[in-house]
Amino acid sequence: MQLNGVRTDGASKGIDQGVQGLERAMTFSLRDSVHLVSDPANLDASVDEVFRLMLGVSCARQTRPLPSAAPDRESVTAVVGFGGHLSGACVFRCSAQAAMSIAGHMTGMEFHEIDDTVKDGMGEICNMLAGAWKGKVPDLAAKCGLSVPAVITGRDYNLHVQSPEFQLHHSYSFENASFDVTIVCDSLQ
Amino acid sequence: MNEVTALIVDDSSVMRKIVERALRQAGLDPLVVHEAGNGAEGLDLLKAKRVDLILSDINMPSMDGLEFLRQIQAQNLAPGTPVVMITTESSEEHVKQAIQAGARGYIRKPFTAEQVKERVLPLLVAA
Repeated sequence: MQLNGVRTDGASKGIDQGVQGLERAMTFSLRDSVHLVSDPANLDASVDEVFRLMLGVSCARQTRPLPSAAPDRESVTAVVGFGGHLSGACVFRCSAQAAMSIAGHMTGMEFHEIDDTVKDGMGEICNMLAGAWKGKVPDLAAKCGLSVPAVITGRDYNLHVQSPEFQLHHSYSFENASFDVTIVCDSLQ
Repeated sequence: MNEVTALIVDDSSVMRKIVERALRQAGLDPLVVHEAGNGAEGLDLLKAKRVDLILSDINMPSMDGLEFLRQIQAQNLAPGTPVVMITTESSEEHVKQAIQAGARGYIRKPFTAEQVKERVLPLLVAA
């Protein structure tokens, strides 16, 4: 998956020998810590942190994923891209009802449709999840940038990712709302 | 506390509201808030308004928070006004860059109102 606007913050231009050595060391370090990067507990901890601090709710992990988008059911998907030493994306998906509930908790307002504020809120939730997740691994926090969020709304659509290096896909719920969070890693340097 | 005027710079309108709410919960009352969706809008506001406090995101389209900080210094806008970054970017490198660019505080998203109070109030008292 590739997204526009991914910030790499990497030293890709004019790198001298010393920096190249450091880059190799960092590369080795991140590749070496792939077990930390792909640790499912980091995703659960990130979801707990974001929802507890920003919405004041506790989320429970669900064993059954959300049903796929269907023609009769509107859903919201927010995507934040990773760039730099890890390339991929954090994808947040929920029903329209859940999106309105989440935005309501964030703002203290009541929503009856997926308006710009709800979309903005979903993008920000995805942004914080992506930031919290990469912050769990120090090398990743420093060497991986985030794109600005993209938000997709509609019915009956699918998101395709071609053979990622690894993928974490967890479902959660709070009150009557359910959502999925997916971390897709296309490549890890 | 005397009236405080704050500039909140974030591309998310929801996040701007959350930051404003956190400032009010921190006891900043009365509080006047100006909002900007990116660094360029923030600079325009600083040329027209006097503020006591600036809170800015880093990852924003058009002009990001670090460039916004550098431009504040380069154009000598709001001299002495404390700037606090509120961002998902939490690595030491990002914090270092922000401090070098002139930030006086750093809050990582997600955050609590208590964290905002702890980081912001001492800066206002010192100013």
